[in-house]
Amino acid sequence: MSLSPEQIRQVAQLARLQLNPEQVEPYARQLSNILEMVDRLSSVDTAKVSPMAHPLDMVQRLRADAITEADRRDDYQAIAPETQDGLYLVPKVLE
Amino acid sequence: MHTLTIAQLAAGLREKKFSSRELTQHYLKRIDAFDGALNSFVTITAERALAQADAADARLAAGDAGILTGIPLGQKDIFCTQGVRTASGSKMLDSFIAPYDATIVEKLDAAGMVMLGKLNMDEFAMGSSNETSFYGPVCNPWDKTRVPGGSSGGSVACVAAGLAPVATATDTGGSIRQPAALTNLTGIKPTYGRVSRYGMIAFASSLDQAGVVARSAEDAAHVLQAMSGFDPKDSTSVERPVDDLLSGLGQSIKGLTIGLPKEYFADGMSAGVRERIEQAIATLTQLGANFKEISLPNSPLSVPTYYVVAPAEASSNLARFDGVRYGHRAEGAKSLEELYKRSRGEGFGAEVQRRIMIGTYVLSHGYYDAYYLQAQKVRRLIYDDFKRAFADGIDLVLSPTATDVAFKFGENSDDPVAMYLNDIYTIAANLAGIPAMSLPCGFVDGLPTGFQLMGNFFAEARMLNVAHQYQQATDFHQQWPTEYAS
Amino acid sequence: MIIPAGWEAVIGLEVHCQLSTQSKIFSGSAIAYGAAPNSQASPIDLGMPGMLPVLNVDAVKKAVTFGLSVSAKIADRSVFARKHYFYPDLPKGYQISQYELPIVYEGHLDIEMEDGTTKRIGITRAHLEEDAGKSVHEGFQKSSGIDLNRAGTPLIEIVSEPDLRTAQEAVAYLKKLHQLVVYLGICDGNMQEGSFRCDANVSVRKIGAPKFGTRTETKNVNSFRYVEKAIEYEIERQIEVIEAGGSIRQETRLFNPDTGETKAMRSKEDANDYRYFPDPDLLPVVCTQDYIDAIRKSLPELPEPKRARFVAEFGLSDYDAKTLTSSRELAAYYEAVVTASGAEAKLCANWVATDLLGALNKMSKGIEESPITAVAFAALLKRIADKTINGKIAKDVFEAMVAGEGSADEIIQAKGLVQVTDESAIIAAIDDVIAKNPQQLADYRGGKDKLYGFFVGQAMKATQGKANPDALNRLLKERLAG
Repeated sequence: MSLSPEQIRQVAQLARLQLNPEQVEPYARQLSNILEMVDRLSSVDTAKVSPMAHPLDMVQRLRADAITEADRRDDYQAIAPETQDGLYLVPKVLE
Repeated sequence: MHTLTIAQLAAGLREKKFSSRELTQHYLKRIDAFDGALNSFVTITAERALAQADAADARLAAGDAGILTGIPLGQKDIFCTQGVRTASGSKMLDSFIAPYDATIVEKLDAAGMVMLGKLNMDEFAMGSSNETSFYGPVCNPWDKTRVPGGSSGGSVACVAAGLAPVATATDTGGSIRQPAALTNLTGIKPTYGRVSRYGMIAFASSLDQAGVVARSAEDAAHVLQAMSGFDPKDSTSVERPVDDLLSGLGQSIKGLTIGLPKEYFADGMSAGVRERIEQAIATLTQLGANFKEISLPNSPLSVPTYYVVAPAEASSNLARFDGVRYGHRAEGAKSLEELYKRSRGEGFGAEVQRRIMIGTYVLSHGYYDAYYLQAQKVRRLIYDDFKRAFADGIDLVLSPTATDVAFKFGENSDDPVAMYLNDIYTIAANLAGIPAMSLPCGFVDGLPTGFQLMGNFFAEARMLNVAHQYQQATDFHQQWPTEYAS
Repeated sequence: MIIPAGWEAVIGLEVHCQLSTQSKIFSGSAIAYGAAPNSQASPIDLGMPGMLPVLNVDAVKKAVTFGLSVSAKIADRSVFARKHYFYPDLPKGYQISQYELPIVYEGHLDIEMEDGTTKRIGITRAHLEEDAGKSVHEGFQKSSGIDLNRAGTPLIEIVSEPDLRTAQEAVAYLKKLHQLVVYLGICDGNMQEGSFRCDANVSVRKIGAPKFGTRTETKNVNSFRYVEKAIEYEIERQIEVIEAGGSIRQETRLFNPDTGETKAMRSKEDANDYRYFPDPDLLPVVCTQDYIDAIRKSLPELPEPKRARFVAEFGLSDYDAKTLTSSRELAAYYEAVVTASGAEAKLCANWVATDLLGALNKMSKGIEESPITAVAFAALLKRIADKTINGKIAKDVFEAMVAGEGSADEIIQAKGLVQVTDESAIIAAIDDVIAKNPQQLADYRGGKDKLYGFFVGQAMKATQGKANPDALNRLLKERLAG
């Protein structure tokens, strides 16, 4: 499996990564190498194997429905790039 | 003072040979003297450390101290520390001052430990050489032209150079064990779920686990004991009492059965490493352990499996870094799309971008089954191999930790796949979720090397016992890189 | 709207229903509506590094409650997955939802059709997920503001089968669903605040066509009326496009309430590549049979069985029973009135359904805001039953009660409205009326039966309306007969 520069651009778009044009070709080569290494998996017979999402055979624990968080907006927004009136700002979103 | 063990430091504090403040100052001076060249710390929290030291001294005076009270440590910069920048080696988080503490930071603070600062690491823990850090590479104290391993490069360099007695670290595919092997340290990654992940910046959630690097198994046991335990804030944390990791250290290992997986002893490791490991097996045999060849037939698939699962989870975990609520934000973006793409393009380094793209690709429409689902199935095969081995009466599994001694800077940095093969022996334990550790077993051309022990779920105490017994019989772990010994 | 002959619409609804828990689905933040921006957004809700989700027990319980109420299956093992897309109201870059293994699946809901028959609408699934935040566009020049208070509010997304054929059916289904979730107490049902939102999947095809046509999804239609209009618009638009030789594009559309039209949203090439995978921060949610049985036992009586019971137990008409069971609060009010008043159930039904609801309607109030409690209302009906007052006087007392003038007994006392049951007083009044109207008496006795009403009116007036109607009728007939 190899990835073309065009596919790299598509994946970068999906992941919202701005790539410099000169990065695209090396990325295509490197990612193709990685996929080639990974392609070894395709020959493994897994017809009867159930996928393993987790190392531990545990079930989800449930939390009591209680309000435990105080309003600490000022603390949290102290590290925000841009806020106004308690809102986080982004360039205008068009719908 | 910096050559003392944790038990010796604790005794010294109690006997008033030195105070925690003096001890802390001693380490801060060493950091000042040596770290300019090593680059193991990204943030030094001297003021906070001295305040913690004074509090520890008060606790010691009041008779309200535990074994770790007043002992300094370094925290890997992947653990959120309230009021202190937590950057995870990334430009993306260069401005991120965490508004909360990770659970393990809370626990070690509560034990009275003194945080000297935050430790350098590969960006978002993605790397095996500490060369991907936004804050620059870390040097191996044994040879400054060589890497310390990664991703916990800062953690091992600072402990190996005696800039801290012990350090926290994390391990997603070998990030505790491989650097420990390359710097003559003892590093342990406990069972998945044993140490809380709350406040630990995620790389690959189903693989990440926090642990310790230390100068001995005993030192590691002390700190791991304090870090471990159930945390209601982490759904994957295990609700089970923590075993006593210390009381069994002195037990004999006679009659213990250690498996030697033939797949791990095939080609791949250097002749020097092989010779050191054979020597370690001989030593353990003398101590009464029985060795048995076993097969973990799917372990050779660990690296490809890992390089699907880990990037997939990483691409998802790193989607939150978008320049909106915290972290790096591109200047002057005209549209939302541009803000995202430029903030992420500028904020992430090349290795992180590669992994995000691989992860995005394997999860994307039409590829999920072939890559992600298949990797999850192979993951189970790898896990089943271990389960079978332990069910067949194997107590522990022994293997190399790394293929070779530390390599030179730049040697693997343009070839991701070659770099990834550094983790060939360590990744399976993360995929299976089992505990694993690395400990020193001697030197090849003056450079340290280590071997790995892997155990069944929650077999940390047993592993540490074997490691401790081995360290009672050997003195490799007591060797220092010349420059830092005195 | 009438669908043109030969055409058929195929409609499925996806309803997002906010669960009325105290805290968020994965964090301990409050979920109150209308709080100051981002004052209910914790580091977990903000997607800060190292933060981890822990599932709210009540969200699971409410989802299972819903599932049982629509005769659905409850998954013994359901799994949370991450749904990825970049949008500023989605702080983590993914929404935690359920994908392959939802907690509720294969249920159904019966709706009533206009002709009185019922139609069964399949419910494919209902899955637990977290809500997103909100973007604020007003008040900024070049920016949008992001408020993440809503991010992490628990939702169930209820997905219907494409069993609906007209906009009216869709609305009937939606109303039924709305009534149900409010009845169950799992959702406040407030559509204006977005607690209950609907996306409509619509396609059209020629009747008899073997396959469905290409569908569009119209997003976030936030009232019953808009749902009807949006679906009708889509049906008409799609038929027009196809009849003009065009084809329907699979796309997401937005309804504009001002124009009554739907419009395609800007489609992005990667819009639908959500890259779902099981969330590694969360483990499978297990519902044991014991757990499910316990919830089943605690289910409230649902609207339909309650309606049937009201007909059987209280002898109400189906119409009254339907009205009185339209909400759980109203039904409870009615039952409390019956019990406390000891009056005839049908009398109580008339008073609650007509007089009380009429008055509340005028005040734009719901039953839970009624100025008259069930007990106070029962006291009024008790006085009718024990003949202290008659029905006509009772209306005045009721008005006074609504106006806050006091209890029924206080008003009856203060205004001297106690019914006259003393027969000699009634006879005196009747005799007085007869004496004053000799001509009418003569005509009546001469066969003009209609004049009976005149005498009743006059006699009632003479007692200021307080005469016991039964007594008055009996005595008047006697006296008129001569």
